Amino acid sequence: MTDSKYFTTTKKGEIFELKAELNSDKKEKKKEAVKKVIASMTVGKDVSALFPDVVNCMQTDNLELKKLVYLYLMNYAKSQPDMAIMAVNTFVKDCEDPNPLIRALAVRTMGCIRVDKITEYLCEPLRKCLKDEDPYVRKTAAVCVAKLHDINAQLVEDQGFLDTLKDLISDSNPMVVANAVAALSEIAESHPSSNLLDLNPQSINKLLTALNECTEWGQIFILDCLANYTPKDDREAQSICERVTPRLSHANSAVVLSAVKVLMKFMEMLSKDLDYYGTLLKKLAPPLVTLLSAEPELQYVALRNINLIVQKRPEVLKHEMKVFFVKYNDPIYVKLEKLDIMIRLASQANIAQVLAELKEYATEVDVDFVRKAVRAIGRCAIKVEQSAERCVSTLLDLIQTKVNYVVQEAIVVIKDIFRKYPNKYESVIATLCENLDSLDEPEARAAMIWIVGEYAERIDNADELLESFLEGFHDESTQVQLQLLTAIVKLFLKKPTETQELVQQVLSLATQDSDNPDLRDRGYIYWRLLSTDPVAAKEVVLAEKPLISEETDLIEPTLLDELICYIGTLASVYHKPPSAFVEGGRGVVHKSLPPRTASSESTESPETAPAGAPPGEQLDAVPTQGDLLGDLLNLDLGPPVSGPPLAASAVQMGAVDLLGGGLDSLMGDEPEGIGAPSFVAPPAAAVPANLGAPMGSGLSDLFDLTSGVGTLSGSYVAPKARLRSGFGHTEASLSRAAPAVGHPEAGTPGRPGRVLLLIPRLTWSSPGGPGRCGPSESPLQVWLPAMKAKGLEISGTFTRQAGTISMDLQLTNKALQVMTDFAIQFNRNSFGLAPAAPLQVHAPLSPTQTVEISLPLSTAGSVMKTEPLNSLQVAVKNNIDVFYFSTLYPLHILFVEDGKMDRQMFLATWKDIPNENEAQFQIRDCPLNAEAVSSRLQSSNIFTVARRNVEGQDMLYQSLKLTNGIWVLAELRIQPGNPSFTLSLKCRAPEVSQHVYQAYETILKN
Amino acid sequence: MSEKHWKSVVSQSVCDYFFEAQEKAADVENVPPVISTPHHYLISIYRDKLFFVSVIQTEVPPLFVIEFLHRVADTFQDYFGECSEAAIKDNVVIVYELLEEMLDNGFPLATESNILKELIKPPTILRSVVNSITGSSNVGDTLPTGQLSNIPWRRAGVKYTNNEAYFDVVEEIDAIIDKSGSTVFAEIQGVIDACIKLSGMPDLSLSFMNPRLLDDVSFHPCIRFKRWESERVLSFIPPDGNFRLISYRVSSQNLVAIPVYVKHSISFKENSSCGRFDITIGPKQNMGKTIEGITVTVHMPKVVLNMNLTPTQGSYTFDPVTKVLTWDVGKITPQKLPSLKGLVNLQSGAPKPEENPSLNIQFKIQQLAISGLKVNRLDMYGEKYKPFKGVKYVTKAGKFQVRT
Repeated sequence: MTDSKYFTTTKKGEIFELKAELNSDKKEKKKEAVKKVIASMTVGKDVSALFPDVVNCMQTDNLELKKLVYLYLMNYAKSQPDMAIMAVNTFVKDCEDPNPLIRALAVRTMGCIRVDKITEYLCEPLRKCLKDEDPYVRKTAAVCVAKLHDINAQLVEDQGFLDTLKDLISDSNPMVVANAVAALSEIAESHPSSNLLDLNPQSINKLLTALNECTEWGQIFILDCLANYTPKDDREAQSICERVTPRLSHANSAVVLSAVKVLMKFMEMLSKDLDYYGTLLKKLAPPLVTLLSAEPELQYVALRNINLIVQKRPEVLKHEMKVFFVKYNDPIYVKLEKLDIMIRLASQANIAQVLAELKEYATEVDVDFVRKAVRAIGRCAIKVEQSAERCVSTLLDLIQTKVNYVVQEAIVVIKDIFRKYPNKYESVIATLCENLDSLDEPEARAAMIWIVGEYAERIDNADELLESFLEGFHDESTQVQLQLLTAIVKLFLKKPTETQELVQQVLSLATQDSDNPDLRDRGYIYWRLLSTDPVAAKEVVLAEKPLISEETDLIEPTLLDELICYIGTLASVYHKPPSAFVEGGRGVVHKSLPPRTASSESTESPETAPAGAPPGEQLDAVPTQGDLLGDLLNLDLGPPVSGPPLAASAVQMGAVDLLGGGLDSLMGDEPEGIGAPSFVAPPAAAVPANLGAPMGSGLSDLFDLTSGVGTLSGSYVAPKARLRSGFGHTEASLSRAAPAVGHPEAGTPGRPGRVLLLIPRLTWSSPGGPGRCGPSESPLQVWLPAMKAKGLEISGTFTRQAGTISMDLQLTNKALQVMTDFAIQFNRNSFGLAPAAPLQVHAPLSPTQTVEISLPLSTAGSVMKTEPLNSLQVAVKNNIDVFYFSTLYPLHILFVEDGKMDRQMFLATWKDIPNENEAQFQIRDCPLNAEAVSSRLQSSNIFTVARRNVEGQDMLYQSLKLTNGIWVLAELRIQPGNPSFTLSLKCRAPEVSQHVYQAYETILKN
Repeated sequence: MSEKHWKSVVSQSVCDYFFEAQEKAADVENVPPVISTPHHYLISIYRDKLFFVSVIQTEVPPLFVIEFLHRVADTFQDYFGECSEAAIKDNVVIVYELLEEMLDNGFPLATESNILKELIKPPTILRSVVNSITGSSNVGDTLPTGQLSNIPWRRAGVKYTNNEAYFDVVEEIDAIIDKSGSTVFAEIQGVIDACIKLSGMPDLSLSFMNPRLLDDVSFHPCIRFKRWESERVLSFIPPDGNFRLISYRVSSQNLVAIPVYVKHSISFKENSSCGRFDITIGPKQNMGKTIEGITVTVHMPKVVLNMNLTPTQGSYTFDPVTKVLTWDVGKITPQKLPSLKGLVNLQSGAPKPEENPSLNIQFKIQQLAISGLKVNRLDMYGEKYKPFKGVKYVTKAGKFQVRT
């Protein structure tokens, strides 16, 4: 006799029959009927019509029947609120029952009935139950408070239940404590502002005691709660860690992971020199590895978390590579995660093993996995330089298998290897070319075309190869078309004689027969470039490319730190902060790692971010490796800061202008793939904005820059570098542009009118004179008033142009006699500033006469730390006397041009510099947007290394270098619509931070 | 499909997202455990051909949910002897009662089977007969004693006429062996399962000859961690009945012996519809014990149509649909090593398979813990009687794979 019979009565009139049975006098029949009702309910049938009849069965001594009726009530009370009231009396009575089981059951069930009217009646019984003598009832009542809070928060507060709940944290029974913590945590989650879980050392101590004694689930609640606490110093952190560590040996993996979270978080506060720190690190590895022998679902979650942990603290698992080796019958989701972690752990020490494994995987059945394995080989090559050769030969072996998707994937990664190690492995090109015909995926085709174009001079039949692609030009994807266009232009520049026809063909295909504005624009630009000045074209198109770096898919440090606080939660599975995906308007409290020292306020600012940011945005924050490498590939030329030869830049000004007007209208409908930053603020404020826009987009199109995070910085490097050198040569650029206009047959199919219109605009736009631009144009300051210097007034300012620091002086003779024999000298100062040339005043300075002198400065003078750091004592001599004055120089004159740090270096350095050295500042009332900020800072040699958008905020990661080689790293957080920026600076010499901050202020507000 | 709601009622349609994911995955085992839908998250486990799916609305630790789902499945297994659709259907009311006891408002209540069994008695044929005669129910009406004590895993008043304590030390070898026969990766996953039937409140301590082997251990909550830390002795008041005392991992390569080796030669000819298959199994480091219960399973490539093989021992089957070759070998006798060889028929015209099949090996060695772990003694305090004690060792293959 089994329960399955309850599922079989599906005939008509069933409800009627059940009704009769429910009202039967026989207890047994009643019970059977209720069971049938429950069975119908579980499969989703509507049996709400039986509500009154079922409720009638509630008053019974039979516990099983009571439970069943309660089950039914929970399900249907919502739809039958009036009827549910009928049940209230029984509930209230049950709450007084001598049997604690029934008391608990009653209070539990009442909490589940989500009917407002009932909650009023619930309060009194609940209050009693919270103080019940039996802990079982108390712990049930604690949960009930959370339920009630969900239904009617105000009621719970008015009735003072929250305080009672807080008292329960000190209960003698650990289970009650655990449930109280769970209930409070849940309530606190919906009210981030309320200070419900106000933890202090005493309550922490109670929790830690309860932790040892309560059930596994209770331990999870308590550990999660502990993780939100910020210990007041490292000793407290250590003592909590010591008491939490035994949880790592728990059989329940959720307990283990919650304990790992607490430890990872509090470890942040411990000094790395501490013995205990090392012990703790060692203790973390075994439990994490053990998680991998659990069920696959647990493994998956564990792996996602391990991925975060190895990014934050690679040392934890660096010896455990082997446990991540893939078994062929692992579920695919486990395989892919393991592969990811393998690459993260790959190092010179274990690369041989890793490669052997990857090669093995590349012959597996699952296509997705095989692809990822091949990609992983490429990533290893880029990450571990010593292994590159072996990786390349492994890839070649794989290409020999001729398995189509393996070959394609291999070609894509080989292209990246070429980017990383130019002129090293080009001998394999021949092998690659053999597989040309089998490539049918756009990414692989584009990669192959890039290779052919890049190494056209070494491939005899490059023209034939490219020509073969050209046949089906219109059927190719945009990616391939763009790549083909660039490759053929490269080919033409390398072998101009035999490929003229080819290049004309592709240019006309791109410009005349294509609907794609990107392709068309790029075509026009090349066309114009080639027809105007092939030499310049060569320098532009064949410019040297920056190397790519490997850690393209690292999570950015701030996000990583936040995610570490969410170990074990959904956020850690999705690698997104909860605010990015948790439902509803609940504000989510940002969690942050505790700072290592108590003094720094930097990480101590939990703020409530606007919840509900669209998830799509968040995805962007962590670009996949593929995307980014793709973007990097497209960066055909992004010469770093040092400006290219002037001729080239001048021509570019012309070329861009010619197309600028036309681009205006195209700005709006750029396809996403090549969505270059559509507005790049010109570095010189004088340039009208409308000119700035097309310039920016034109140039960045020209440079193949797409808006990938990794390359964004490059996109304003490029226009800026040109503009700065370009302004000085406006004449040249115009004169060069003019012939082009005069010869429309030379290339540009008709936009002469616009071109002519644009020229004058450009002329107006050049600022007051060549040279000075942006923030260095600070007003002159009176340094030495005339009355103090016997009639000599000196005012001046500091500037930095093209790598030279100068002191712009204005000497005014307010005395009645002629002044001659000027000389200047500096006292020793922090950065060794010294005049690089004597102060030359050519003619004697007659009364009321003023002379302007620009004194070049070097940083080769003797160094002495001054207070303040940027003060400078100057002595000026003339025929009358020697005068002394002291001034402060803005630090940004010391920012050197090669202060752009490589992304990877940046990440490494950021991690490397201890947290004590981080300083945080607010820049208020700055109305600029991120692009404008970035380009403005760039003009003062503060370089944006990367930019990300996190929850609608722009995060700019910037680097700068001082003349004495000190690097300063900065993170600038900009919230759209909020004129206050947050600036975090990290530097090994933290005393400069304050001055760097002032430099930021000056640059941004000037 | 059966559903139970705790906090708020969620429409059944949310399951559509799950079914969609299930369809997308080629294999049921490949359904991702965490699926996001516009308003909820679905966390699922796959156990005994059943999916257990939970729908969650707020940020919770997924491991918490997964662990709990496994606990639910364990409980069903414990109550009904099997965790199957039929068992759940047959006992739907008990299932509901159990779920109700196990979870409240998203917080787990009682998940220890000892406690649950006091609250809800498991179905037995006898009880259902008795119940139907006397009209009593299978729901206990007193508060389970263990629920709130400091030892929630044990109930009071346990009484046995024969007091017994048995321990099974079970070690599984997980290994990946590469083509050439060298070990790529090997570790031992060990557990000590206990079956304790002792009256009263016995306090046990179990000590090992070589406790230093155990450096990565997970404990049952009953074990006193401090004692272990200081003396390397497992000291505990045991739950009643069967439970897992500890699980441990031995990963240091020199401690992991590989008891069998496989010689293999699997080849497919280019442009021909056949290939050769030849494998031989032999004993390696077996510490003088007999290796038995050997089974070899091979997932052959898709293009394999059929296999004509001859085993020197045991029997083999090849399933042409799933392409799984299973060879039930039995015992290894060192005098005559078991082998299986013959021809493989491939789909004609299909290209030669790229991937090499991996061999999955199962075996068992009685009376041996391959790590060398040995129980020294078991002492009992707190009770006066003398229990029967026993320790059994067994070593098995876990995920033991040989690449070809």
